[in-house]
Amino acid sequence: MKIFNYLGNYFSNRETFQEIIVIPVFATLLAIFLGLLLLIVSGSSNEIALKALIALFYGSFGSLSAISETLTAATPLIFAALGIAIGFRAGLFNIGAEGQIILGGMAAVIIGFSFQLPFFIHLILILLAGALFGALYAFISGWLKATTGAHEVITTIMLNLIAYRLLDFFLRIPSVQKEGRNDPISKSILDTAELPRILYFLDPNLRVHMGFLIAIFAVLIVYWLIFYTTIGYEFRAVGKNLEASRYGGISPSVTIILAMSIAGLLAGLAGASQIAGVLGRATPGFSAGIGFDAIAVALLGRAHPIGVLFAGILFGALIAGGRQMQVSADVSLDLITVIQALIIIFIAAPVLIRKLFPWIFK
Amino acid sequence: MKNSNKNNIEKNTTKKPIIVGLCLIALGCIIYIFLGLNIEGYANFRLSRPTDPFALPNLILPAHSFIGISALLIVFFGGRIIMKAPKKFTMFIALSFFLTIAAFLVWATAGKSFSLTGMLQATVVRAVPIALAAMAGIMCERVAVINIGIEGMLLAGAFAGALFGSIFGNFFGLILAILVGGFFGFILAALVVTFRVDQIIAGVAINIFVLGITSFLTSHLLKSNPELNDAPVFKSINLPILSDIPVLGPVFFKQNIFVYFSIFIVIISTYYLFKTAYGLRARAVGEHPKAAETLGISVLKTRFHHVIMGGMIAGFGGAWFTLGSVGRFDEGMTGGRGFIGLAAMIFGRWHPVGALFAALIFGFADSLQQKLAILRTPIPSEFLAMAPYLVTIIVVAGIVGNAKPPQAIGQAYVKEN
Repeated sequence: MKIFNYLGNYFSNRETFQEIIVIPVFATLLAIFLGLLLLIVSGSSNEIALKALIALFYGSFGSLSAISETLTAATPLIFAALGIAIGFRAGLFNIGAEGQIILGGMAAVIIGFSFQLPFFIHLILILLAGALFGALYAFISGWLKATTGAHEVITTIMLNLIAYRLLDFFLRIPSVQKEGRNDPISKSILDTAELPRILYFLDPNLRVHMGFLIAIFAVLIVYWLIFYTTIGYEFRAVGKNLEASRYGGISPSVTIILAMSIAGLLAGLAGASQIAGVLGRATPGFSAGIGFDAIAVALLGRAHPIGVLFAGILFGALIAGGRQMQVSADVSLDLITVIQALIIIFIAAPVLIRKLFPWIFK
Repeated sequence: MKNSNKNNIEKNTTKKPIIVGLCLIALGCIIYIFLGLNIEGYANFRLSRPTDPFALPNLILPAHSFIGISALLIVFFGGRIIMKAPKKFTMFIALSFFLTIAAFLVWATAGKSFSLTGMLQATVVRAVPIALAAMAGIMCERVAVINIGIEGMLLAGAFAGALFGSIFGNFFGLILAILVGGFFGFILAALVVTFRVDQIIAGVAINIFVLGITSFLTSHLLKSNPELNDAPVFKSINLPILSDIPVLGPVFFKQNIFVYFSIFIVIISTYYLFKTAYGLRARAVGEHPKAAETLGISVLKTRFHHVIMGGMIAGFGGAWFTLGSVGRFDEGMTGGRGFIGLAAMIFGRWHPVGALFAALIFGFADSLQQKLAILRTPIPSEFLAMAPYLVTIIVVAGIVGNAKPPQAIGQAYVKEN
């Protein structure tokens, strides 16, 4: 119940309440408003914009299946954003979640189709493989940063681009490519490796899967890791002041490598859960920009695990609603990317929001 | 991120020569084992076309002995570094790097013929957006603003070039692309200078925003109106006499205005930064803003101006993708060139000329993958496509420890009253 205590303490303070709730809410609303404005400016009629807005809400929270879609989309975002949040805490900016997701997803696919295993063991194995490969991929950046000082932003971006090429290559390997197909698509994973759908008993079409529960569990684990363990303390110390933490007896190199690897582990889990829970196979672009959306989620959640959970659900809602918007109003999903970028800007510049809505922040 | 000592997290200088030496010896052995064994024949490099006014004969190298000698030399350099443990061995590393590439090219060409001049020409062309991104980076980082958003500015420039180029012709398209780049420079400056947003977050937000908005407009505007995505491309201009020089002529003097202007921008910005009072002030702002402010230089204004200038250069570089090569815009067509430009900037140690040479190396890696596809090497094309990214990582990891960014980099400046 410490979490509630913590939240209670937070909300008792007016400043932090604004900081943690009011600004994100206004940032989101303002971003959606500007996104619709863009839609109108680019030549769509007012009716279409209104339709898009309705679809955005209806497709995210309007029905049980909409909520299920929201949570399904939120699952990988929460995983990856938790990793990025850990990075932020340790003063690292991990833009490489996308690449780590791809690596995790590829490992998951291999495990998923090549072994005949009993249900539960196979599932555990596929998640572990995803986590391991994500962690190894992120380890490269962490190790380079710690030993040579190479900025993680550049190395992780390059590793993202390399991961895309690796995936292209991977999907053309004869033993991976689906039989009888010429396009790059992998074999499907076996049924035993699939994450079961948790609302199966209500309606078999509700896609929200066990990955979401694991993501909530991961939120608690990361919360504990950051705030209640020595490692978490070291992450935060290095993030606040690297030199001071060195004098305090912490090895920044080890901490940086560890933080990066854990970030990659979580991103790899995002990839594996996406493969095992939703897609069942890998295609080019199966990562679908989750790694970049997760950056926005981590920022919106203020690099706090609980914040990440809610921000992840909000972004899942944006994605689910965006898909509905695409179907019913024929508005491209890229509008959601614009809205996300605007959210990042408004969150990162709270002064902007305070100036735009002065009557709220008296 | 706000730590000024982020570049030397761990200092271990004593072990370095041995590690580097061993790496080089291993590299030499790998080259011989993987490339040198089982290879015979001659590599035929064409230097000029038979129709050229001054045609050069082809460069023909025996594959096996060339690779063997290269590998041997690399091993020798490695051994020398271990034995002598010199303080500076960048030269040896650079030579080994060059030999590795040469051996690789010979291996790929063995028994075939390959246009070396064509490759070098492609190198220069491909280096253009990277060099311009690096110049934009230098303009911003010299006043201590990290500009991760260059990728987005390139993309914005490319989009604006295609759209406005299709409407108003390529000249006005180029001007508007520069202005759009400058606009995003203004946004970045407003965010990081005025609102003191974390510079990297602001840059990333700009990247995501531009990627989103250009993709959105592509699917909403350009897909239904293909005539808006068909800009006239700048033709290459042959400089008289100079373009007839063998090898150098086609490489440097048969190019379009983007190549000439990039070289011009490099010269101008070197002069500006290091020979004029304004440049000195800009560097002062980057190194020690407080001292600069005391001398009556407005830190915030200087930063604003330079970030906008950087954005304009990036917008110009972005226009290369559409107006300088294919004429049409595709989603995310910049493919990380902005970030590679930042790596070139670091490699060139925040100096325009150094960054230009670094950009040429990246341009080489970029054109290598394109040209090697023609030679049908057994290496999968996906791995060749990784070459520029791998080189970037190696460069950033290998160089950054020694390179010093401007002192105040990444720090917001709060004006005191």
